[in-house]
Amino acid sequence: MTDTLTPVLTANWDQADAFRMDGYRRGGGYQAVPKALKMRPDDVIAAVKDSGLRGRGGAGFPTGVKWSFIPQGDGKPHYLTVNADESEPGTCKDIPLMMANPHSLIEGIIITCYAIRASHAFIYIRGEALHPIRRLQLAVAEAYEAGYLGKDILGSGFDLDVVVHAGAGAYICGEETALLTSLEGYRGLPRNRPPFPAVEGLYACPTVINNVESIASVPGIIRNGPGWFSGLGTEKSKGHGIFSLSGHVAHPGQFEAPLGITLRELIELAGGMRPGHRLKFWTPGGSSTPILTDEHLDIPLDFEGIGGAGSMLGTRALQIFDETTCVVRAALRWTEFYQHESCGKCTPCREGTYWLVRAVERLENGKGTDEDLETILDVSDNIVGRAFCALGDAAPVPITSAIKHFRDEVVQHQKEGGCPFDPAASVLWSDTTVADR
Amino acid sequence: MAFSDETLARLRADAAEIVGRYPKARSALLPLLHLVQSEEGYVSGDGIAFCAEVLGCTETEVKGVATFYTMYADRPAPDYKVGVCTNTLCAIMGGDQIYSELASHLGAEEGGASEAGGGHGGITSPDGKVGVERIECNAACDYAPVVMVNWEFFDNQTPETAKQLVDDLRAGVPVRPERGPGRLCTWKEASRVLAGFGDGQAADGPPAGSASLVGLKIAKERGWEAPES
Repeated sequence: MTDTLTPVLTANWDQADAFRMDGYRRGGGYQAVPKALKMRPDDVIAAVKDSGLRGRGGAGFPTGVKWSFIPQGDGKPHYLTVNADESEPGTCKDIPLMMANPHSLIEGIIITCYAIRASHAFIYIRGEALHPIRRLQLAVAEAYEAGYLGKDILGSGFDLDVVVHAGAGAYICGEETALLTSLEGYRGLPRNRPPFPAVEGLYACPTVINNVESIASVPGIIRNGPGWFSGLGTEKSKGHGIFSLSGHVAHPGQFEAPLGITLRELIELAGGMRPGHRLKFWTPGGSSTPILTDEHLDIPLDFEGIGGAGSMLGTRALQIFDETTCVVRAALRWTEFYQHESCGKCTPCREGTYWLVRAVERLENGKGTDEDLETILDVSDNIVGRAFCALGDAAPVPITSAIKHFRDEVVQHQKEGGCPFDPAASVLWSDTTVADR
Repeated sequence: MAFSDETLARLRADAAEIVGRYPKARSALLPLLHLVQSEEGYVSGDGIAFCAEVLGCTETEVKGVATFYTMYADRPAPDYKVGVCTNTLCAIMGGDQIYSELASHLGAEEGGASEAGGGHGGITSPDGKVGVERIECNAACDYAPVVMVNWEFFDNQTPETAKQLVDDLRAGVPVRPERGPGRLCTWKEASRVLAGFGDGQAADGPPAGSASLVGLKIAKERGWEAPES
């Protein structure tokens, strides 16, 4: 029987030198590189396929399958781009991972590049993460010095250069094609697909784009074998993942567990809800995933379980809100976020997010009408599936899922002519027990 | 160009190093903009002209890129940019109150407040040293409410700790982030790190803060671990 928590990527975070080469090696780090370099690249891809690893950035696409889409023998350079732009509201796993354990990412990059036959990799990290950027810069320098990067790595004949590239504040650049456009030195606008990045990505060359945690999970798969990884998790959602609890729990934080753990278990590990309060609603994987309620505490947190409940596993960014929180206020702020971050390229998203904010604002202020509710649903219909990228598809999610689960509360705003909640009741310092943590 | 010959020579050497990292020069534009921001504290007309010259493109092209990204300031920035996260989770945990109290704290000062560039509006202290603005989620939700200063983490803030932080920054009292370097960078220094030039502070600070370790601590107490291979 597998333990409830299974620290792998987080296992060394409490060691003072976790982010240094020596600290990482002490826990078995860099054992997977020589092992992988003795394998055929296609066998490395097969191992990652067999492990069942699915993308940890939210979409859950099988990582090994993605790698196998890279055409081989095409005479073009291949690239790996690590999506370290973590900006999805609520998501807070990759930033601490790169801060504490950057070498796990570097080791994963080496193995991935060897597998897809790339000799240049980029870590596109959001610019607002200064200290994690320093840690990555240090880790890359240490890896060059140790001969894990550069020319003829460990005498294998394999060459690899890694560049840490800081973004400049644009949520849209977490969308993989916008990320590529940005990395090429342009405004971060998404591109049409097809062609997919695996065929025409960075500089129109075959490119793999993977999330930080996906790549950092690769060394363990190579070191311990695909069966070790697939032995964790559920039938179709294999392996370990970092679950991030934030908000109204007694002890928010990071919990690394096999996929399929439940929110009930996680809240219990987090010391329960803050004293005297109960769960009202939560996001399973960031603001782009429809909110769920206390009816969903026992659903396995895996791709299928959460999908079956009408939401998405996303980035396992579990934002927990108790009964003091106004769901309309929460949805309004997220809606404003999508409006602020819309890149403006396509009309449904650019215009739709604007009108959504206006209507949701009226609901929150108690000035909403039945027509506003209809407008919201109508605008949603006109964004979802018609926008250029997933940002647009996500924009109506907070308010439509809030209406789905809490229609009475929305109506109450209308009846009372204002928001019935007191924001002061929700803050960190409203409860001494929480303030003590 | 308004840069002195000496400055220009230094910037050109840095720019050559940045361009050298990429298979195609144009990819260097974002780090180049961070570089010119590290020189002047914002992306000026001169900075834009410099980037255009390095990359052999038009100033309009550079400006089009610079204005897309919120981290590039379009006017002289304060030494310390204080960003209060007011995305949903932090806002509800107290970020909204922190922002409004900070704004009135600064606004009540002699000389009043002025608008800062970039981000969500914001205000700057009369002495021009400290700016306060609203920012979006900064991936530290388990430390909510979060305040960033020049993109370093100040965790679990309250209105009182945030006001003290701003007062200290204005008075020149050293402050240090919970999860970050021993010495807080100025806005210009931070921009240089973003351009890819390390400041020797990478090994400062702990590997992880307390919230990052909650799960690991429980696992160790209960003897839970990942299976052997």
